[in-house]
Amino acid sequence: MLDLLWLIPILPLAGAAINGLLGRRFPKSLVTAVGVGAPLASLVLALGCLWEYAQGSFPNDAFERTLYAWTAGDLSIPVGFLLDRLSSVMLFVVTFVGFWIHVYSVGYMGHEEGYRRYFSYLNLFMSAMLLLILGNNFLVMFVGWEGVGLCSYLLIGFYYDQPVPPAAGKKAFIVNRIGDFAFLVGLFALFAKFGTLTYGQIFPRIAAQPGLVLGEYVPGFTLAAFVALCFFVGAMGKSAQIPLYVWLPDAMAGPTPVSALIHAATMVTAGVYMVVRSNVLYQLAPGVSMFVAVIGATTAIFAATIALAQTDIKKVLAYSTVSQLGYMFLAAGLGAYSAALFHVVTHAFFKALLFLGSGSVIHAMGGEQDMRKMGGLGKHLPQTSKLFWIGCLAIAGIPPLSGFFSKDEILHAAAADHHWVLYLVGWITAVLTAFYMFRAHYMTFAGRFRGTHDQEHHLHESPPSMTLPLWVLAVGAAVAGVVGVPKLLSFGLISNWFHHWLEPVIAQPQGLEAGEHSIGVGLEVGLVLLAVAAGVGGLFLARSVYGGDRGFARELTWAQRFPFLHRLLENKYYVDEIYDALIVRPLAALSRFLWKVVDTFVIDGAVKAGAFLTELTGDVGRFSTTGNVRNYALYFFLGVILLFWWIAFA
Amino acid sequence: METVIFALFAALALVSAIVVVTHKSPVYSTLALVLTLFSTAVLYVLLGAPFVGALQILVYAGAIVVLFLFVIMLLNIQKEEEAHAGFGAQTWTAILGAAIFLGMMGLIFWRSGSPAAAPLTPESVALKPLAAQLFTTYLLPFEIVGLLLLVAVIGATVAARKPGEELGHIGEHEYVSGEEPRTDPLKSGSDPHQPSVAEPAYSSQREAS
Amino acid sequence: MSSVPVSWYLLLAAALFAIGTIGALTRRNGISIFLSIELMLNAANLTLVAYARQLDDRTGQLIVFFVMAVAAAEAAVGLALFIAVFRQRHTIDVNRMNLMRW
Repeated sequence: MLDLLWLIPILPLAGAAINGLLGRRFPKSLVTAVGVGAPLASLVLALGCLWEYAQGSFPNDAFERTLYAWTAGDLSIPVGFLLDRLSSVMLFVVTFVGFWIHVYSVGYMGHEEGYRRYFSYLNLFMSAMLLLILGNNFLVMFVGWEGVGLCSYLLIGFYYDQPVPPAAGKKAFIVNRIGDFAFLVGLFALFAKFGTLTYGQIFPRIAAQPGLVLGEYVPGFTLAAFVALCFFVGAMGKSAQIPLYVWLPDAMAGPTPVSALIHAATMVTAGVYMVVRSNVLYQLAPGVSMFVAVIGATTAIFAATIALAQTDIKKVLAYSTVSQLGYMFLAAGLGAYSAALFHVVTHAFFKALLFLGSGSVIHAMGGEQDMRKMGGLGKHLPQTSKLFWIGCLAIAGIPPLSGFFSKDEILHAAAADHHWVLYLVGWITAVLTAFYMFRAHYMTFAGRFRGTHDQEHHLHESPPSMTLPLWVLAVGAAVAGVVGVPKLLSFGLISNWFHHWLEPVIAQPQGLEAGEHSIGVGLEVGLVLLAVAAGVGGLFLARSVYGGDRGFARELTWAQRFPFLHRLLENKYYVDEIYDALIVRPLAALSRFLWKVVDTFVIDGAVKAGAFLTELTGDVGRFSTTGNVRNYALYFFLGVILLFWWIAFA
Repeated sequence: METVIFALFAALALVSAIVVVTHKSPVYSTLALVLTLFSTAVLYVLLGAPFVGALQILVYAGAIVVLFLFVIMLLNIQKEEEAHAGFGAQTWTAILGAAIFLGMMGLIFWRSGSPAAAPLTPESVALKPLAAQLFTTYLLPFEIVGLLLLVAVIGATVAARKPGEELGHIGEHEYVSGEEPRTDPLKSGSDPHQPSVAEPAYSSQREAS
Repeated sequence: MSSVPVSWYLLLAAALFAIGTIGALTRRNGISIFLSIELMLNAANLTLVAYARQLDDRTGQLIVFFVMAVAAAEAAVGLALFIAVFRQRHTIDVNRMNLMRW
């Protein structure tokens, strides 16, 4: 089965090709069969591979297979796949969540134009994402990295006949490109130094020479620090961290299952995966790691505060995603790589659940996304309401749901390193997270219906193809935490199985034991209680404000009481406007200058001058071309005489 | 004796050449050309090349010039149009150029003097070595010239064919659309210089260009 | 016997060539231009034979032979072209064949 590992990314690619290129005359059922069948085949194959991988034993716990080498002259890039402890986790998450979101899409996109195109893109995305995960070197990862970026662009702009989605897609693509540039620089630096990009060759060599520098071009940096920084800037773009997060909220213009799969569960976590994959570099660069942690924490609390005042249900979830990604980078920056990846896994489940739940609501509301026009939907969508509630509990960190364990582990990591400021930021963010998620829940499902009469008449529970994935993901969101239950909370029975699973791929810094032992048991219990208090506190705070029939009215009074703060948050700190004024407008002005002055005047002018001179020459010279053969013959004869004179006398 | 013959035929060649280029009627020009060619043939014999001289009369005067006469009569050309062409800039420049050319040639001959040529012997005039050389050393060019003549015959046949008796169906589109099919002047026997036929067609072509 | 210097022949050939050139450049009748070109060819032939005599080499005479063959081919094709042109334009005045102009 492991020999077929390469098929896992290829199958969805084939699905995308079949639907995209040949599917013009396919009936809808066949499009569905291909579009969902390909990820299903990938899932089955992935489960088989994982089973075999778990059974067998491999050198370095890694199954590696080079398919072929892409060779050009002296350059040879092996295209190989790697299944190790890290990629196995991601492989499971991506194929599992991906498959269920495909199932969900059958119901959600059923009435849409471009059904075939949608599935073709979604399959292509799966293929690229799996390539990103399974590659055994950075170049294959980069191919997947760019592939998911492309699919993200295509799917955000899926409704291309409307004004907003194409612009949002463009924004996502351009912002990602800034990060990709840094990522590429990092790759070049690695390649320049080692001549290869294969993980198995780079990491041991760089770990063996921690003091290696790149040369005089980047003074003050070791190679590891420079590359780590470049990679993190790349991750900033892909995983929506400050300052490159601005594209993710706008990306909600795409279909909701896309938001769930790409912009919550899988693609945006690619940056986290990449940082965890390169953990050797980050451990050699404590300064950069600290930077990562600070950026992550800042992003977490910054996005959480914005989410407080958003009224679009998908925007709330989008900022929530940015915030949770901040958590992951906080963990990665603190060296708790397994905690970061654990949060990736649990987040994939509950955030996909929340997005799909919101999709179910939007579906019922006939495309309406504004929570101010919802309310009281719990009566009409009982299943969705319950499942969304589970998702909220999970993300808020209410034990024993999955989000509690992963978030607790991150906060624990901050405390264990005595970074109390970061801990505080993380804790406040946890409170805010619980608050805005339950706010969203109460505004949507509780209280009275605030929409139009037509909309109320239309309300209906979603079809089984949509609710089944919700159930599956809800189960995942509820129980995924058990793989990472820390030793303390299981009373010593299990000692964080997830952590141990990942140990082979995560280099242990010298002289630092695993975080669990560095603080006392009493403090640890206190921290756990604090974490629980954060989630529960946020829940009750939201309930007290938004619960009951008058919840929405209170939202309005809050807005009147703190108009400045409310406006600031509602307008997302005006970050888009600031970027617009500082970067986009000057750039546009420069472009206009280059267009109007340099291009039109200087370059075109030069060309036109050339054309004018040619025309002038022709205008004068054409009098010699009379069209009369005898004149031409005479010119010829005079030329012959000149030549003759030159030969005979000169 | 040789000097007298040379002088006589050189003068004849020059005079008839002048007639060739100056006479208004192509028929007379052609006949004058025959005279020039004949005079030159005599000079060839004087230069010890009797075979070339014979060929000159046979091929040139006998065949080519007759071809010219046929065409002239076929096209019914009697006088050059607009006989009062006058001496324009074209003519003066041509005469000046020719004079310069002649002057340069004369200068070269005057400078190089006139080295005496080897006296003629029966061996140097004999035909047999010439033929041997033609059919051994120059066999390939000889064959190629034969092929060239064949191509020329075919080409001439195709180029001079009458409109209507085309190769294949191309002739159906002989006339440019919007243009009246012209009568073939060779077939209808109408006066080709009649402006009512020639001029409108001509001007329409000019506008189109 | 050989009292006439070869350079006289050459000069005569040059003169014939010059006359032919003037004719080719000044005449307007296509046939007359053609005749002038034949004259020029003939002058070149005379030069070749004269040099063959001067250098005592028969190659010159052989070239004349080839020139005559080419001239025959040229005359055939050229006259055919004039016939074709005459069918179309009702004239062989080269001044009227000036479509290749601005």
